[in-house]
Amino acid sequence: MKKIEKLVALLVVAILSVLSFSCQKESETVVNKDSDSKFGGVLVFARSGDSVGLDPGRETDGESFYGSTPVYDTLVEFVPGETSIQPALAKSWEFASDGLSVKFFLREGVKFHDGTPLNADAVVYSFERQFVKDHPAYSFGPWKYWGYMDMDNIVESVTAIDDLTVEFKLKKKEAPFIANLAMDFAAIISPTAAEKYGADLATNPVGTGPFKFVSWIKDDSIVYERNPDFWGGDVYLDRLIIKVIPDATSRWLALQKGEVDVIDFPSPEDLADMKSTDGIKVIQQEGLNVGYLALNNEKAPYDNKLVRQAMNYAIDRNEIVAGVYGEAGKPAKNPLPPTMWSYNDDIVAYEYNPEKAKELLAEAGYADGFKTEIWAMPVARPYNPNGKKVAEIMQAQLAKVGIEVEIISYEWGTYLDKTDQGEHQAAMLGWTGDNGDPDNFLWVLLSEMAAEKPAGNIAFWKNSEFTELCAKAKEEMDPAKRTQLYREAQVIFHEEAPWVPIAHSIVSEPMKESVQDFVLYPTGRRVFTKVWLKK
Amino acid sequence: MLKYIINRLLLLIPTLIGVVTLVFFMIALAPGDPARVMLGERASKEKIERLREDLGLDKPLIQQYGLYMQRVAHLDFGKSIKSGQKVMNEIKERFPATIELAICAMIFATILGILIGVISATKKNTWVDFSAMVGALFGVSMPVFWLALVMIMVFSVGLNLFPTGGRINIRYYFSPETNFYLLDTFKYIFTGHPEYFTSALHHLILPSIALGTIPLAIIARTTRSSMLEVLKQDYIKTVRSAGIKESRVIYRYALRNALLPVITVIGLQFGLLLSGAILTETIFAWPGIGKWLYQAIEARDYPAVQGGIIIISTCFVLINLVVDILYSIVNPKIRLQ
Repeated sequence: MKKIEKLVALLVVAILSVLSFSCQKESETVVNKDSDSKFGGVLVFARSGDSVGLDPGRETDGESFYGSTPVYDTLVEFVPGETSIQPALAKSWEFASDGLSVKFFLREGVKFHDGTPLNADAVVYSFERQFVKDHPAYSFGPWKYWGYMDMDNIVESVTAIDDLTVEFKLKKKEAPFIANLAMDFAAIISPTAAEKYGADLATNPVGTGPFKFVSWIKDDSIVYERNPDFWGGDVYLDRLIIKVIPDATSRWLALQKGEVDVIDFPSPEDLADMKSTDGIKVIQQEGLNVGYLALNNEKAPYDNKLVRQAMNYAIDRNEIVAGVYGEAGKPAKNPLPPTMWSYNDDIVAYEYNPEKAKELLAEAGYADGFKTEIWAMPVARPYNPNGKKVAEIMQAQLAKVGIEVEIISYEWGTYLDKTDQGEHQAAMLGWTGDNGDPDNFLWVLLSEMAAEKPAGNIAFWKNSEFTELCAKAKEEMDPAKRTQLYREAQVIFHEEAPWVPIAHSIVSEPMKESVQDFVLYPTGRRVFTKVWLKK
Repeated sequence: MLKYIINRLLLLIPTLIGVVTLVFFMIALAPGDPARVMLGERASKEKIERLREDLGLDKPLIQQYGLYMQRVAHLDFGKSIKSGQKVMNEIKERFPATIELAICAMIFATILGILIGVISATKKNTWVDFSAMVGALFGVSMPVFWLALVMIMVFSVGLNLFPTGGRINIRYYFSPETNFYLLDTFKYIFTGHPEYFTSALHHLILPSIALGTIPLAIIARTTRSSMLEVLKQDYIKTVRSAGIKESRVIYRYALRNALLPVITVIGLQFGLLLSGAILTETIFAWPGIGKWLYQAIEARDYPAVQGGIIIISTCFVLINLVVDILYSIVNPKIRLQ
C-alpha cells in the first residue's frame, strides 16, 4: 500500500509541478516595443485541415492554397475584397489587336526568397512546367487546375520576349483568361528552387510573396516569417503561423482563450455568441457561390416558362435561409453571387406569392397543380448545408399551391452522374467560383454548350440570346462592355427562370479585436499581407 | 517457450494477408466512383477519365489486387492520391504523435484503474465500491468528444489550467526530430529551455485523460472482479491466518494473481486506443494518425486508407502477440494448452 501511495503522491506532485512550470501564458506575444508601430507580433490563424502540399500548381483544395498564398505571387491579383483584377508581378499587360496574344510587362527589381531575380524566364518556367510535356518539371504534376480551367484549349505558348516581357499566345479570344492568371495555380515559382527541390518543392515553397516559408509540421502548423524585401510595400507581422484545429468548437475555445488570433469556418450556431463576446469581432462577406434548384427544361412541366416562374413565386427563399442556413446564408435572386462584378442588383427578386403562383399555373394549364420529383443533395456544401432539409421546406411550400413533391436522393457520386445526364425533373445543386469572372458561372452553368451531356447546365435550358451575350462577353476585352453584356444576360435569366436560385453562403471570420485590416476575399483566399496587430 | 513464440509468429502471416485482402476489397467495393466524388460538381467527363487513369482505377479489380499485394509485400503502400507523397512517409510522420498519446493515456488508465479496482474489491458493497463502479459505468458510456469538449471548457477556458489543444506552445518554434515530443524536448531541459519539456507534458495531460477514460473504467471493473475472485481462494485464507498484515495480503499475494486477466484487457485496450484516437485527436488538434486516416476516408484516398488500416491492424495484432507471450511467461499453463 505504501508503495502505491508514494506513487500516487509522486504523480500528483509531477502534475502540479508541470502546471506551475507551464503557467507562462500561451497567448503572450513578443511585440515591438514601439507600441504605435504597426510592425511586430505573431499572428496565429487556426483552420480546419492541413494543406495537402504547398505547390499551388499541383493542388486543388482551399487548405493547400491557404498554405501557399503567403509565399507566392501571381502576374495579376484580385483587388482586396473584390473580384476585379489589378497588376501584381506584372506592372501592366496589353492584348494584341486580334485578341490572340497578350504581353505582360514585369516589375523590375523583384527577387524570390532565395535571391533569384524575377524575370521572364521564371514566368515561362512556372507555366511551361504545367503543359509542355517534355519540360523537366512536367512529371512533378498532375497539374490539375491547369486542366480544370481548360488552359490547354486557351494557351498556345508562353515565351520570354526580353528579360521583363512575357508573351502568351492564345488559341482563341478568351477575356476571362486574365482572371485565371490571378488564381493560385498561376503562381510564379523560383526556377532555382524548382530545380533544386524537384517534386519536393511542394514542401519547400519559394516565391516572391510577403512571407517566407520557415517550417511545416504535418497536420499541425506551418510557420512563415516576414519577407523584408517584399515588392508590395511593408509587411507588418514578424511571423505568421497557420495552425490546424480540426474541430470547430475547439477552434472557438482556442480563440476565446487567446491561443489563436483568427479562426476559419466557425459553427453558424456559435456566431451570435462570438459577436457578443468582448474582444472578439466577426468579419463577414457573401461567398462566391450559389445554391439553386435547377428545373429540367427538357421535361414537362418545366418546359413551360409559366410553370418555372410559378415555382419561383411559390418557393419562399427567406424561410429556407432562416430554417437551414441561419447566419451562414443570404437569399439569392441571380445566378451570380453579389460579390461578383457585373452582378445586376436592379433585378427585382421573385417575391413569395402563392396566389400569383396559382394564377400562373392555371394559365399554364395546371390549375390543379401537378406531381414532381425534387432531388436533394446528400452532402453539405457551403452553398447548401442541408439539401434534404431545404427540399422538405420546399415540399411544404409547394403543397400550398397544389404541387405534390417527392424527395429523391442518391450517393453523391451517383447524384452528380445522374444530374449530368438529365435524369431529374428538378434537382438541387450549386457552384463555387474559381477565378472571380462572371463567365465562370454563366457560361459553365447556363450556356447552350454547357447543356450537352454530361452537362454543367443541368437545367438543360437552351437560350440562344443568353448564350450569344455570354459568347460576346468572352471575346470582349473591355471590362465595362463585358459588364453591360452580363447584366443583360441576367435579365434574360430572370425572365426565363430556368432555376429557382436559393442562396449564397455567408463566410464569417471571427478574430480578436486586435487584428487590424483583415479583408475577406470573395475567391476564398486568406491574405495576411497588410494585416497588423494593435498592441 | 521459444517454440510457442515461433508458432505465434508464423500465425501472424496468414492473419496479416487476411487483413490486407479484406481492407483492399472493402474499399474497392465501396459504392461510388472515387474519381467522381473527389472532383465533385466541377468535374467534366474528360477530367474524371483522366483522374481514373491516374489512379489506376481503369484496370480490372483482380489486376489491381495483384499489384497491390506485390507492393505491400515490399512494405510499399503506394502514394497518397491527395498529396502525392508516399503513404509510408505520411504514416511515419504522424504515428509517433498517436503512440505518445496512447502510451500516456494507457499509463494513466492502468495505474488509476488498478488502484480503483483494488480499493473497490477490498471495500466491497460499501459506498466507496458503489461510487467507484457508478463512476466506471459513466466512464464507459461517456461520448469521448463530449467529455473532451467539456474538459476544455472547464479546465482550459474556464480555469485556465491547461491549453485547449496542440502538442506544444505554438509560439516556441520548436522543430521535432523523432516526433515523440517528450523525447525531443527532454534535451532542452539542459540547454536552458525546460519550458519546452513542461509545455509538451502540459499539452499531453487533458487528451490523455480524455482518451484514457474508457480503458480506465474497463480496467477498474476487470481488476475488481478478478480481485474478488482471488480473495475467495483458500491460499489467501491461509496467508491471512498466518497473521500477515492485510495490506500486504492484498498487494503482495492477491494482486499478483488477480492481474493476469487484467494484462489481457490492457493489451486489448491499447490496441483499441490506436484506432479510437480519432475523436480525441480531432478535438485536441493532435496531429496523429487517427485524424489523418479519418480525412483519408472522407477524401476516398484509397492508398492512404489501405495503408493506415493495415498499419493499425498490424500494431493491434503485434500488441496482442506481446500480451500473449507475457501472459504465457507469468502463467505457464497457457503454453501447454
